Amino acid sequence: MIEIKKLHKSFGGRKVLDGVDLKIPEGRTLVIIGRSGCGKSVLLKHIIGLLKPDSGGVFVDGVDISRLKEEELERVRRSIEMVFQSGALFDSLTVGENVGFRYLEHGGMEKNALKERVRESLALVGLYSIEEMLPSELSGGMKKRVAVARAICTGPRIILYDEPTTGVDPITADSINRLMRSLHDKLKVTSIVVTHDMKSAYSVADRIAMLYEGRIIAEGTPAEIQHSADPVVQQFINGLSTGPITDTSSVHSGAK
Amino acid sequence: MMLRNKLSKIGAKVLAMLYFFGGLAILSGRAVRWTFLAPLKRGRVLEQARKAGVDSLPIVALISLFIGVIFTFQIAYLMQRLGSEMYIATIVALSLVRELGPVITALIVAGRVGAAITAEIGSMQVTEQIDALQTLSVSPIRYLVVPRLIALALMLPLLTLYADIIGIFGGYLICVYKLGISSTIYTKMTFDALLFKDLFTGLGKTVVFGMVIALVSCYEGFNVQGGSEGVGRATMKAVVTSFILIIATDCFFTALFYFIFP
Repeated sequence: MIEIKKLHKSFGGRKVLDGVDLKIPEGRTLVIIGRSGCGKSVLLKHIIGLLKPDSGGVFVDGVDISRLKEEELERVRRSIEMVFQSGALFDSLTVGENVGFRYLEHGGMEKNALKERVRESLALVGLYSIEEMLPSELSGGMKKRVAVARAICTGPRIILYDEPTTGVDPITADSINRLMRSLHDKLKVTSIVVTHDMKSAYSVADRIAMLYEGRIIAEGTPAEIQHSADPVVQQFINGLSTGPITDTSSVHSGAK
Repeated sequence: MMLRNKLSKIGAKVLAMLYFFGGLAILSGRAVRWTFLAPLKRGRVLEQARKAGVDSLPIVALISLFIGVIFTFQIAYLMQRLGSEMYIATIVALSLVRELGPVITALIVAGRVGAAITAEIGSMQVTEQIDALQTLSVSPIRYLVVPRLIALALMLPLLTLYADIIGIFGGYLICVYKLGISSTIYTKMTFDALLFKDLFTGLGKTVVFGMVIALVSCYEGFNVQGGSEGVGRATMKAVVTSFILIIATDCFFTALFYFIFP
């Protein structure tokens, strides 16, 4: 269970998160939607402790990770994995070394067993016999899949996805959506997906939350979000260029 | 109003400088802590030692040879006027071992290796690889800074020794084949001139130069902002800052050794 309470964060005087409250139950997939630059990735980085909030807290199984020291945080992070927007694969390492990176660094698995685990993780994302390749030899979609393979290699309880379908073609995007769904069903992980791709959101979400002006302005099942009465939500999910988001003179009512 | 603007600009620069030195001090403290705290990955240190040391051998040899030759010509010009050509070897050896060798080598390594370190870590920063390291419970300081710090602190004295020998050889070529000084006299004057303290002070300070280059380059890499343009800016800043700090550190050590080993 992940709980975010009254999270505030500013950068250089600009408020990015202005009191975010969210609950993500065990084993569920929450999709956070919102415009580019609205603070979705910042929120995700708070959940894994890469950023410290100005105030408020992020509770993972009741422990406020924003108050933990680096060593304690590293222990918590062993059950959380993150798939970065760009993949963030290590250029100097092979695909196999990237996928098995955590075990290579921290030990805990014999060499042949690790090789097998890496092979299985890559097979789960539909990639075969690419262990010896370098990230620079892969396409954008393959990099994202390898990043997912790295995330699932250790069998985490929580996976965070940052814009998993951005920058890939629609067919690859659909296969990544299916992959996230099947991982959720097979491994029963708790997932938080940050995206502005509504097709992806509807396809993977148990619940959807919309972040706007630093706050969660709407939260519900995909059907509830689709039928939301909030004009901000409607403008965003329908991808309209006119409406309260783009009309700077209007003030958001805060309706849920 | 103009005075106020100037004062605020000076204030901003002073603050930026304090911020830089504060950040560098924190990074240094953490790097030293991780060096002793975690088991050392020898392969990673050797890899960095190869990149910083072995791969730098050709450029260090070339520049040291030129410096030896140029310096010998300049000294010869003066010594011939004074009629003291036989002391050319002494001056060349002492100058190279005590000062020119260490500083020139450090500047070459700062330009060649330091720039590469900042560009590599900076690129990792903008492509979220540093964040990825942290999410995988690996300290970027342990993984990236410690091997580079140890490799540069070890390799710079060795490269300097190599540069000293090549530089002296450059002087030998000019003295023996151009100025007509006998090979035996040149060699004898060189070895007679050099004391243990000359070698010790010359090589000792390069350990610190190596650490300065590694820490400044890593620090600038971690603080890259703004994509590939930011990487370029940080790389330039790392090289310039390393140059200044190497000369400032050299000034400090030269004064210190002057009083400790008069």
